[in-house]
This record gives sequence, structure tokens and C-alpha cells, in this order.
Amino acid sequence: MAKTMGPVRRAFAPWDDPLAEPLIRFERISKRFGDFTAIDDVSLDIYEREFFALLGPSGCGKTTLMRMLAGFETPSEGRILLDGEDISAIPPHRRPVNMMFQSYALFPHMNVADNIAFGLKQDNLPKTDIAACVEEMLSLVKLEPFAKRKPDQLSGGQRQRVALARSLAKRPKVLLLDEPLGALDKKLREETQFELMDIQEKLGMTFLIVTHDQEEAMTVADRIAVMNEGTFEQIAPPSVIYEEPSSRYVAGFIGDINLLEGTLATSLDKAPTFASPDLPAPVTVEAEGLASGPVALAVRPEKLRIALDEPADDPAMAKVSGRVWDIAYMGDVSIFHVRLSDEVCEGQPKDDSVPIIRATIANTTRLVERPIAWDDKVWLSWDKSAGVVLTR
Amino acid sequence: MSTRRKSGWGRRLVIAVPYLWLLVFFLAPFAIVVRISLSEVAIAMPPYLPVFDLSQGFEAFWQDLSALSFDNYAWLAGDPLYINSYLSSLWIAGVSTLLALLIGFPLAYGMARAPHSWRPILMMAVILPFWTSFLIRVYAWIGILKPEGLLTLFAQTIGILSPDDQLRILNTNTAVYIGIVYSYLPFMVLPLYAALERMDASLLEAAQDLGCPPLKAFWSITVPLAVPGIIAGCFLVFIPAVGEFVIPDLLGGSDTLMIGRTLWNEFFNNRDWPVSSAVAVLLLLVLIVPIVAFQHFQQRQQEAMR
Ligand SMILES: Nc1ncnc2c1ncn2[C@@H]1O[C@H](COP(=O)(O)OP(=O)(O)OP(=O)(O)O)[C@@H](O)[C@H]1O
Ligand SMILES: [Mg+2]
Repeated sequence: MAKTMGPVRRAFAPWDDPLAEPLIRFERISKRFGDFTAIDDVSLDIYEREFFALLGPSGCGKTTLMRMLAGFETPSEGRILLDGEDISAIPPHRRPVNMMFQSYALFPHMNVADNIAFGLKQDNLPKTDIAACVEEMLSLVKLEPFAKRKPDQLSGGQRQRVALARSLAKRPKVLLLDEPLGALDKKLREETQFELMDIQEKLGMTFLIVTHDQEEAMTVADRIAVMNEGTFEQIAPPSVIYEEPSSRYVAGFIGDINLLEGTLATSLDKAPTFASPDLPAPVTVEAEGLASGPVALAVRPEKLRIALDEPADDPAMAKVSGRVWDIAYMGDVSIFHVRLSDEVCEGQPKDDSVPIIRATIANTTRLVERPIAWDDKVWLSWDKSAGVVLTR
Repeated sequence: MSTRRKSGWGRRLVIAVPYLWLLVFFLAPFAIVVRISLSEVAIAMPPYLPVFDLSQGFEAFWQDLSALSFDNYAWLAGDPLYINSYLSSLWIAGVSTLLALLIGFPLAYGMARAPHSWRPILMMAVILPFWTSFLIRVYAWIGILKPEGLLTLFAQTIGILSPDDQLRILNTNTAVYIGIVYSYLPFMVLPLYAALERMDASLLEAAQDLGCPPLKAFWSITVPLAVPGIIAGCFLVFIPAVGEFVIPDLLGGSDTLMIGRTLWNEFFNNRDWPVSSAVAVLLLLVLIVPIVAFQHFQQRQQEAMR
């Protein structure tokens, strides 16, 4: 999260600037393999110096999108512009784009140092420069002791780091990283994330990264695109994706969320309300510009408050009661599973007939004795602005 | 207890079978050949003086041993015909191997890059010639290469050869090269194909992605990764080609010197069994070097795979 604290970063939002020219522009791109549509009419602008993350389930077309940019697949429709120029005619080896392959694609007959040097050698750089750069890359990915090893003598995580170093070595204008850190342990992954952000900022490169790890996407990216079956569900900065998901899909994909299905009722003189068979009474919501109709209400677990006593009525707050079904102690937080029914939980079947809402409460004190226990009747309340009304 | 002993015997038997095979069908005949090579010609049946004849008792055996003659080997070393035959064999086999590699590599490459569904068919096409007798296929080349043969006819038809001219390929070394390359090409293609097919296509993409043009990527990625196949293919063509007899005899000219042919002449025309046996023993010794090198290479390859 370091970069969001920098003053430069906070101002970095070229996607909001109508005059800004994108570095990469996908223009109504479709890609079909036979009669299977892997990418379905997507458009996307990526700006210079942006750290852009693609997030989505397996098989949604992330790699395909990258391969089209790198030049290994031709779009079935649409065009890709780099710096305003159509790059369809440029062969892969002349595109100022480097890609780190999901399968690493390390050259098995070359040692680690030669693998990293391969791209630099293509530019006919002086030997000493190449050696210096290789050194730098090796230390960056912490592989100095392994410089003379062949790829098959490395562990999975080490191979991944070689692949990362190899793609970084040429310092391309655009770097495509297809799950660059998936095989690393948590600590090394976090370190490398910050290294990547550092490099990206220092060298002014543009990164397009694929990841399955939403936390990673939140940490490193300026903007995230959530993909689903070859289309974009939402393209926005991490905080927007998290706080204002545009659809049930995005809401469910990023982080934990409580989704309640129901109907929105709006009228001119009263605040909009959300009614659901799961809720004993309608709750007020913020729903500017939305019309009445079937919607879902999404509330993040950490935005809920939990109490034994009924909170006082407050027009800005929504509340609902239930009984504690389960408490999961996670160390830093505890997750309360609250069944929205006044029946005693003991002996009730675990099914979907009665919704269960999760509330995350920070364990601010060392809890020896929990004030809230299993089967207690509790009240959940949230600020009405914390609930997001989803129409899609 | 008893079952374990039994299975132990079973295992020993399994291990013993190939050795027995080698002993009966390779070592024993080879020992006989070595024995004959140490003998002398005689007008008899068989046409050489007996050596190591145990029927006359051990005494005689020891006498024989002390009286062994290496004359035949000395004779080989003294006569340039044999040395030239060996050298010429090595040369012809070497050139043929190189040609087979040059032709086999693109073939194997094409096969490895063909759509998956085609590959079994292409593989069949490579192996198919083996369904016809080797001898018949070599004979067929006579029909193609002879002066009034199919190739001449073809050249005349498409007009690169005037109707009164004829191609003089049969009975030259060129015909021998053609015959060897044709006959042994599958042995080159199959290991090359195996090596190339195993190669991950994304390696070439990675190379291009790093700024390497396709042709250069071929040399710096594809070729090095195909080296195991190249070496295996070259050995598999070179080793049998050195001792080849049928092809030089049927397609070669009178000046085509190959050791297999020299051996044949010695054996059947001169009826000199001892000398021809010595030629055979030397041929084996000449080939042992590449064979051992090949074995060594294969072993290393297998270890690397693990
Ligand atoms: N060459 C191809 N031929 C046919 N289908 C393909 C080809 N390449 C990809 N696909 C299909 O396109 C879809 C998208 O593939 P892609 O590799 O882009 O997924 P992905 O989002 O990268 O998934 P993952 O997270 O598992 O890597 C998949 O359903 C895949 O089966
Ligand atoms: Mg992928």
C-alpha cells in the first residue's frame, strides 16, 4: 500500500482525464478459437506508467488478451493500438512489449544467467552492460547463488523468479506478467510485489499483470479489470472495485460480501428502501438514480456492527437481528455468522432457507471471555451508505 | 521364503536371457570368426587350417596357441586396398549421414509442427518403406537410376535433359549416397522427430518475445534442443552405413570401395576366409568406437531425463 501514500500516486488517474492519450488501446477486440469465443468484444485503455491488473476466474481469457498484445494471437475482430498506432502488422520480436509466460517458458539448455541475458543479447549490447544487468536482476529476484544452474535444477518458485527476471531485464515499455508470483510463498510474494511496484515507478514502465490473488491485485494495481467469460465486468481502481462493485459478480469475486436478494422501492418524498423476504423489515439504502425493481443489497462483513442490545432507531442506520450460528476466530478478526431468525440455532439444519450474514469484528483486545457467544440473540447494524445496491 | 527364492530366480532368469542371447548369437559366432581370422587358407572344406581343435587334446591346443598367426592382420595393414576400403567406408557413411541429417531435419521438423491429428499418418509414411524388403527397395533404385531409367526419362520429359542424353548416376558413388540416404532416412527422422516434438512451442514464443527473430530463434533454441535427436540419428545412420554391403554392391561402381564389399569379395571370390574374417574383426573394432560413444551418450541422456 506504500504507493498510495505518495503524493504523486494519489494524483495519478489519467483514465479520468478526457484529454489523456492511452498507451495501449484495445478497440472492440474479439478472439475466437473455432466456434469458441474467448474474448468477446472488449475495449480497454491502459495509460503510460499504469499498473493494470486483470482479475478473473480460470479460463476467462486473461492470457489470451495478453498474447494478443504480445503478438502471439491475432484478434478475430478489432484492433490494438500502441501509442496510437495499430500494431497488428508488427511481429512479436519487434514489439516493445515483453511477456512473462504463465508456464515460464525458460530455455532448458541455458543456465539462469544466460536465460536472463537472452533478451539483452538480442540488442547487441556490450558484454559488460549485459553482465551488469544480469547481476542486478539476479539480486532483485534473490537468485545470485543459482546463476549457473539449469532451470530443471530449480524449484518451482525459483523458476518463476527466473522468468520474472528475464522479462524484466529488457526494461520494456510495456511488461505483461501472467501470474508472476503465484508459486512464491507469502513473504517472498509480498516482498516481490513491492519490488515490482518500485521498479515500475522508477523506470516508468507500464505493467499489465494477471493474478488470481485479489489481495495482490488490490496491493499493486492502479486499476483492476474484473473479467468474466471473455468480457470485462468492471474496470476501476481497487477501492472502487471493493467499495462500489458494479455487479453481483464483481461483489462476489472480490473479498467477502453478504448478498441479500430483494426489491428496491423508491419514491420522490421518501428515502429508498430495500425489502427482502430475508429481512424482517425493509431497510433504508442509498440508491441514487436507481429505479424500483429487483436488486441485491451487498454489505461487506467488516462494515457491520454487532451488539447484544437493539441499537436505537437511526434513519442513517439499517439493522437486523438474528442468532449467532458460528464464530470463526481468525486471530486478527473474528467472523460471526448470524442466522437471520429468532429461533435457537441448536438443532437447526444448515440450509439456505434462512440467510446467514457474516460480520467481521476486529479483535482489538485479547479476548479471554467473549461477550457474544453461540446462540446469543444479536443485532447487526450498518450505516446505510455501507450497503451497495446492485442491479446487475 | 520359498516364494522369494523363486522370484529371485525368476528375476535372474529375466536378466540372464539377453545375456544368453548375446552369448549364443553374437559372442559365440564372433569367437568363431576371430578363430578363423587367426588361421591360414587351405584348399580344404572349410577352406582354412583348423585352429583350437580340441579333438586332438590339450597338448595340441597349447601348441596351436603358441603357433597362432597374426599374419592376416599384418597383411591387412600392408595392403592399401584394405586401408582405403576402411577410409572410404567411413567417408561414404559420414557424407551419407550428413545428407540424411540435412534432409531428415526439415522432415522431422515439419512432422513435429503438423497438426496433432496428422502426426500418426506422417509417422506411418516414414515407417511404411520397412514393409517392403530392403533388398527389393535397393533394386528398385537401379530401375530409377540406370541410364535408360525412370530418372532419365523424367528429366527428358520435363526438358532439362536432351532426348539423346542419359543420366550416368548408377554405378557411381552418387548412387551409393542416394541409396544409403534413402534406406536409412527413417533412422534419422524418428529420433529427430522425438526430440522436436517434445519441445515446448512457447520457448520459441519466449525467444521472439525477447526480441529474437524467428530464424535466429531456430538456431539458438530449436537446434540446441534437438541435439540429442541429432546425435542419436547420426549414430543410427552412420554405424550401419559403414558396414553396408548391399547398396554399394548393387548401386556402386567398380571403383566404389566399401569395406563390406571388400569383405564379400575376399570371402566369395577369393575364398580367403581367414583374411575376410580378419577384415570383419577389424570392422567391428572400427565401429566399436562410435558404438561405445553412442551408448555413453544414451546413458547420459537418460540420466539427464530423470
Ligand atoms: N489456442 C487455443 N485454442 C482453443 N481454445 C483456446 C486456445 N487458447 C485458449 N483457449 C481457450 O480460451 C479460453 C481463455 O483462455 P486463457 O488462457 O486466456 O484463460 P486464462 O484466463 O488465462 O485462464 P487461467 O487463469 O487458467 O490461466 C479458455 O477457455 C481456453 O480453453
Ligand atoms: Mg492464463
